[in-house]
Amino acid sequence: MSSSMLFNVTTLSYMVSMLIFFAFLATKNKNIGLAGSLAALFGFVVQTAAILLRWKESYDLGHGHAPLSNLYESVVFFSWTIILIYGLIELKYKYRVIGAFVVPFALLGMAWAQLGLNSGIEPLVPALQSNWLLYHVITCFLGYAAFAVACGISIMYLVKEKQEQSSGDAPAGGVFAMFPSVRILDDLNYRAIMIGFPLLTLGIVTGAAWANYAWGTYWSWDPKETWSLIVWFVYAAFLHARITRGWVGRRAAILSIIGFAATIFCYLGVNLFLSGLHSYGK
Amino acid sequence: MTTTKRGFAHTLWDFFCSLKLSISLLIGLATTSIIGTVIPQGSPPPEYLQTISQNKLQLYDKLGFFDMYHSWWFILLLYLLTVNLVACSIKRLPRVWKIIAEPTLVMDDGFEKSLSLTHEYKMPGDAATLRDKIAAFLKQEFAEPVTTESGGEYHLFAQKNPYCRLGVYVVHLSIIIIFIGALIGSFFGYKGFVNIVEGTSVSTAYTRTEKPIDLGFAVRCEKFSVSFYDTGAPKEFKSILTVLENGKPVPGYEKIPVIVNDPLSYKGITFYQSSYGPAGDGAVHHLSVRAKNGGAPVKLIARQGESVNLPGGGTMHVLESTQEVKSFIPEFSGPAAKIEVHAPNGQTQSFIVFRNYPDLDAQRGGDLIFNYDGADEKYYTGLQVAKDPGVWVVWLGCTLMVVGIMMAFFMSHKRLWIRVAAGRVTLGGTASKNPAGFQLVFDDLADKLKKM
Ligand code: HEM
Repeated sequence: MSSSMLFNVTTLSYMVSMLIFFAFLATKNKNIGLAGSLAALFGFVVQTAAILLRWKESYDLGHGHAPLSNLYESVVFFSWTIILIYGLIELKYKYRVIGAFVVPFALLGMAWAQLGLNSGIEPLVPALQSNWLLYHVITCFLGYAAFAVACGISIMYLVKEKQEQSSGDAPAGGVFAMFPSVRILDDLNYRAIMIGFPLLTLGIVTGAAWANYAWGTYWSWDPKETWSLIVWFVYAAFLHARITRGWVGRRAAILSIIGFAATIFCYLGVNLFLSGLHSYGK
Repeated sequence: MTTTKRGFAHTLWDFFCSLKLSISLLIGLATTSIIGTVIPQGSPPPEYLQTISQNKLQLYDKLGFFDMYHSWWFILLLYLLTVNLVACSIKRLPRVWKIIAEPTLVMDDGFEKSLSLTHEYKMPGDAATLRDKIAAFLKQEFAEPVTTESGGEYHLFAQKNPYCRLGVYVVHLSIIIIFIGALIGSFFGYKGFVNIVEGTSVSTAYTRTEKPIDLGFAVRCEKFSVSFYDTGAPKEFKSILTVLENGKPVPGYEKIPVIVNDPLSYKGITFYQSSYGPAGDGAVHHLSVRAKNGGAPVKLIARQGESVNLPGGGTMHVLESTQEVKSFIPEFSGPAAKIEVHAPNGQTQSFIVFRNYPDLDAQRGGDLIFNYDGADEKYYTGLQVAKDPGVWVVWLGCTLMVVGIMMAFFMSHKRLWIRVAAGRVTLGGTASKNPAGFQLVFDDLADKLKKM
């Protein structure tokens, strides 16, 4: 059994989970919703095993490093953290339907990694040979994942709000009946960002600590650093917007979506379009 | 006159206390920061001219786009943010402090109506006994209460985590501390680099603008080496460094290996492995050559580019060489040299010889067979040099920020009031965060109190 086979099983499970969640939206059958969660959970367990196996495979090859060293590995890890954060939020707040808007992000990541990226296990270049890599990448990606969940929730908010406006006071029908109320979606959006913001802050701080340790400057306005700060500013704006009258709800949802777009640019766009010290994805 | 002046000061104060300003500043910083990630920062002007016109170059230069994070308008935004932060905190902190230091001890009817969670029961017994029982109950289940008597009724007040209300201010203070740390670094620290040839020492570093900095001591590079993975990718860059004071090695700072991610620090100045290259005075190559039809091999010593006579006439010289050929020719590994041979008959041939594959050259079929024995090449090591006395202030700020965010997000100031009158007990409560979570706590307490 190799890790790449397990990753294929993972991708398939997330696909099945997403389809079941769509069926849940259409049928509103509680058991189908439960099946969607279980499929995601199964994928998550397999993915955890696959990541650990890949870690071991790297030692067998004599490289011996955590599977967080290139674009393929980071995309796989990102998709794992999305399901993790979604799972925690579902356990705590019991709104299963959010899965329909969050699992697709994880599926997209896995599908892209498995189909489009080089999955070879390579030795670490000197710049990445540090324990800081682990702390930095894990905190950043957990933060990104929470923002992905918040983005999914915000999309639900906008969809639900639009539907409520067009149908007036009549009780919501169709797929939307499953959605939590806009007030709850707004609150969940805030809660997801309350998880993501401290993690992103830790991610930036550990990154700065590493840069200081390895290069002697904790901040050098490298494009990746700057983009992480941009993302941080957007979510800081979001947090302050919430305590300002007139900024809750729709505007907060839009800020959350902009924040996640900036997050994705920080993660992928910077490597694809800009040049700098961070060499993932080359 | 004075009224308009005060009016103006007021307006200015209100302007700086506004959260709308904070949101605009945060979004403004986020948007403008993008410019510096799209336009390369600090490149020499000719490089920009390859992609943009002269007019644009002048305009961008005026706007400070080539060093935008130090441009006056970006720094101004940061100062505005700081003033906004301080003003907002000055305005709000006293109110928050009052909630902590002078809590409302008595829940009267008006206050009770303002609370979202309340509960009322009938309870037998006289008020004083009830008061004592409930005080003991609160102490055990929630927090020690303060009791006040007013109008023949007893009022108990208990709270948890009042100080977490300061979390937000800890975060804001931490931002100011980080700014102070950065300022200390920019005034009293520097960043530079040194290039040290193996076997030599330097005592002066240079900034990016070639300004010399006296280190106050010397650093000698004993040796520099690179190792490679099987794939040909670099595995480790290593300099062996010794710190010298007055020309003598400093005990404890002799022959210290410095690799990427593992620097050397001495007297607050840190040296980071960052680049390397050939020292420039040319490598000395060792080769041996023998005739195809037998005979003892002859050793050759050739400086890079220098012509060497061959046995039996003709000359050769080394064109280029590498320590690791794998990145050029993946099928081979180890040191290699490209040499050019001029035969006595005027024929010229150039080819590659490999140290790890002796006698491979025999397959070339030439009259002479060359073996490459390697080179003595001197390298220089390129080190970043940094001194930043403000860095500890920055880490203090970062720690405070994380602590403050935890206080602000994950702790909640929970308050409970209980009014005890003869035969009747009223319970009220509120929390600064997570109302749903607090409701569970509140209902649970109310339940237990009823059964008491
Ligand atoms: C322009 C400068 C800023 C001003 C004027 C400002 C002002 C404020 C104010 C008035 C509050 C509400 C306090 C309360 O609830 O009583 C607040 C909350 C907060 N601020 Fe700031 N702030 C600024 C910048 C920042 C930045 C850059 C951060 C980045 C970490 C930050 C982090 C927070 C946090 C985490 C909260 C708590 C939000 C919540 O509870 O949801 N602030 N800020």
